[in-house]
Amino acid sequence: MTAIQAPRTPAVNRNNGINWEKWGWVYMRASGVILVVLIFGHLFVNLWAGEGVKAIDFAFVGGKYATPFWQVWDCAMLWLALIHGANGMRTLVNDYTTKPLTNKILKWALFLSAAILIVLGTLVIFTFDPCPVGAPADLVASFCPVG
Amino acid sequence: MSSTAGTLAEGNSPTQKKKRKAPAGTLYRGNEGMWSWVLHRITGVGIFFFLLVHILDTALIRVSPEAYNAVIGTYKTPLMGLGEIALVGAIVFHAFNGLRIILIDYWRKGTQYQKHLFYVVLGLWIITMLAFVPRQLFHIFSN
Repeated sequence: MTAIQAPRTPAVNRNNGINWEKWGWVYMRASGVILVVLIFGHLFVNLWAGEGVKAIDFAFVGGKYATPFWQVWDCAMLWLALIHGANGMRTLVNDYTTKPLTNKILKWALFLSAAILIVLGTLVIFTFDPCPVGAPADLVASFCPVG
Repeated sequence: MSSTAGTLAEGNSPTQKKKRKAPAGTLYRGNEGMWSWVLHRITGVGIFFFLLVHILDTALIRVSPEAYNAVIGTYKTPLMGLGEIALVGAIVFHAFNGLRIILIDYWRKGTQYQKHLFYVVLGLWIITMLAFVPRQLFHIFSN
């Protein structure tokens, strides 16, 4: 392994099955293109349109998640962005860590933070109630039944 | 061996010495390629940590309207409004430069035009920020 091989030595086919590093590379590009569309749309609706950031409150989010369109939009953004971000951070960990233990700890931290937030975010999107019982009428969406 | 290999000897001749500049086209360091790479990394790390916070704050909609409104209220202050400009600037650069990377990988002439593409990225970034920044300043500083 340590000896420098002669030029033109054929690459050894390790035949380990799936080439994860290659699919990670492909994933960064495929998810990147989709994320450009999803995040630009998200920023346009939440920050540019209407009153921008000042319009965002519980009723605003409730109104969005009352439609499957924004549930699917945000869920796709959640999964694609977190995996894209965690995999990008993995590249930096590989580049900048020198000790194997540090490398391992940081990668586990990345994996856990991404996995936990994906589960949390998905549960929030699909179990969210825009009209919680007992919530004040002025804090919830206008379509919520009064009382 | 070949005459091009003897650049050191040639460079020492008086006529060659005057013409000699910093090596061009051989060093990656300090050029568009390096700065796009540096900016891609820095913006990527910034966006990642914002994303972690943003998912947690949005998850508060599952707690109560009051809890979510209290936290999202802090996003509407002038200081955070300026922070959102920085965030959008980072996202827009990362997005356009990411598309540039894809073109370098898959477009036949991508590597040939990678420097031009970097200036296209900067141009599109300026146009997008011109569409966003005045609008955002209006939102955060008007009542």
